[in-house]
Amino acid sequence: MQFIQTIYTIWQREIIRYWRDKTRIISTLFMPLMFLVIFGAGLSKTLATGNFGVDFTQFMYPGIVAMSVMSVAFFSTVSTVWDREFGFLKEILVAPVSRVAVAIGKTLGATTIASIQALILLILAPFIGVTIHFVIIPQLVLFMLLLAFAISGMGLLISSLMKTTESFGLVMQVLIFPMFFISGAFFPLTAVPSWMKVLSYINPLTYGVDAMRQILLGNQVAENILSVLSLHAISVNALFLLGFSAVMVSTAVWAFNKRA
Amino acid sequence: MNIIEVKNLTKKFNGLTAVDDVSFEVKKGEIFGFLGPNGAGKSTTINMLSTILSPTEGEAFINKFNVLSQKDEVRRSIGLVFQDPSLDDRLTAKENLRFHARLYGVPKEDYQKREKEVLDLVDLWERRNEVIKNFSGGMKRRLEIARGLIHYPAVLFLDEPTIGLDPQTRAHLWSYILKLKHEKEMTIFMTTHYMNEAENCDRIAIIDHGKVIVLDTPDNLKTKVGGDVIRMKTGDKPSLKKELEERYNIEVKEEDGTLRIEVANGDQFLPHLFNELTAKINAIELRKPTLDDVFLHFTGHAIREEEASDKEHMRQHMRMRRRT
Repeated sequence: MQFIQTIYTIWQREIIRYWRDKTRIISTLFMPLMFLVIFGAGLSKTLATGNFGVDFTQFMYPGIVAMSVMSVAFFSTVSTVWDREFGFLKEILVAPVSRVAVAIGKTLGATTIASIQALILLILAPFIGVTIHFVIIPQLVLFMLLLAFAISGMGLLISSLMKTTESFGLVMQVLIFPMFFISGAFFPLTAVPSWMKVLSYINPLTYGVDAMRQILLGNQVAENILSVLSLHAISVNALFLLGFSAVMVSTAVWAFNKRA
Repeated sequence: MNIIEVKNLTKKFNGLTAVDDVSFEVKKGEIFGFLGPNGAGKSTTINMLSTILSPTEGEAFINKFNVLSQKDEVRRSIGLVFQDPSLDDRLTAKENLRFHARLYGVPKEDYQKREKEVLDLVDLWERRNEVIKNFSGGMKRRLEIARGLIHYPAVLFLDEPTIGLDPQTRAHLWSYILKLKHEKEMTIFMTTHYMNEAENCDRIAIIDHGKVIVLDTPDNLKTKVGGDVIRMKTGDKPSLKKELEERYNIEVKEEDGTLRIEVANGDQFLPHLFNELTAKINAIELRKPTLDDVFLHFTGHAIREEEASDKEHMRQHMRMRRRT
């Protein structure tokens, strides 16, 4: 019982902190929207002359959602590093509670925040010209949650290994853009050099983008076009994300226990 | 009844002995002070007693629980106020307390009663719903004390509770600590390197280089110094020193360019000095011993804030910045 209460307490604090920081909510939304509107408007005309077969904004939307889930999840797990720097972690660590519960609470907190972000983008989708059928929303939300959980676990693992906010920020800088670009967000990964393909296979974002794209475009594009754009079956994507989350969260718990 | 029992506690870091064979007991309801310069081993001792660090040798019991084998029970038995601030700036005072109470498994009904009780104690009830970012350093400290009390610990640990605070806030904070002792009969274990604060303790252990040098009440310690302190300024220290030693057979120490002696009855001794001494004295001072004298007497050196290293200065600076 205390175990659940600890998870809830840690989780609730993350949510309160997120909610108090309105600037952060607005600014983290700005970036994905900018990508969608500017890139969408700029590239869709160019690509329309080719033989792409899909509206570019529509194509890019899952990638942008995945990117913003990733950056928000990473950004939320930085709170662990802040806690260490500003002394609050001590308060948590001397409490008579399980550290596993603390780590799970932190991961769920970041997952929730990243999912809220994704949900906002989902609600905004019709306003920026993305067509979403009502029937696919549950599936889409499920993958948003899965991806958010996987990335949050990864973020917690990194933050429990980092001592300062600066080093955490640096690692994030190094990770975020490559992960984003090699996720298939901008271009299909079916026709890329093999080194990029290998990297994309270990990139959790790839699986999130791939699944969400298939779900989104499933009833909008012809099957032969869709099969050219997609990598794995939706179930394979789900399995990978689940497995990845399990590995990340358990390693993060271990690292958190050890380092903190 | 002893709330804290410490037996031969030792902590070594890479061959360096930070705490060296320390033993003492703290009785229920007393304020027990650990007095010593920075780096004497005070915080290391607190960290071992609060299960943050494991001792290299020896054992310690808090509320009859072993700090090594019964960590969770020990953690529930203690309230901790760290040297560095450890509040969440983005939460309100109330939310900080609630967070703590939940982690310590305080039942909801109890928590609601205690919330007002502890916040009233430190005069923060009126400001319970404010985000603490804008609290002053003293207010944050008070809130940390309230937080440390919400799970009704058997003993409250205060690690340098007044460091980084201005003198007025310090005095205020002390009135809260004393209130805690008198109204709640709380046992308090504190560390400090401020002499005037150690005066408020029921008993003091003077710690230097990881060892407890002496342990007694402040009054008894002052008596042990040997009565009164006389300090003399002179242009010719060697000859005055020699004459004092030979004529009265007493120990003469040098301190800040003056010579000091400790005598039983200073007021009766002074006339002797004036009549009999041949060496020239420029200025003379007679006073009752303070804890500074006690410290000097037992350790052979004075305790000074200037002893703080550059690193310590930086930490203090950071602390001040965070507290403002």
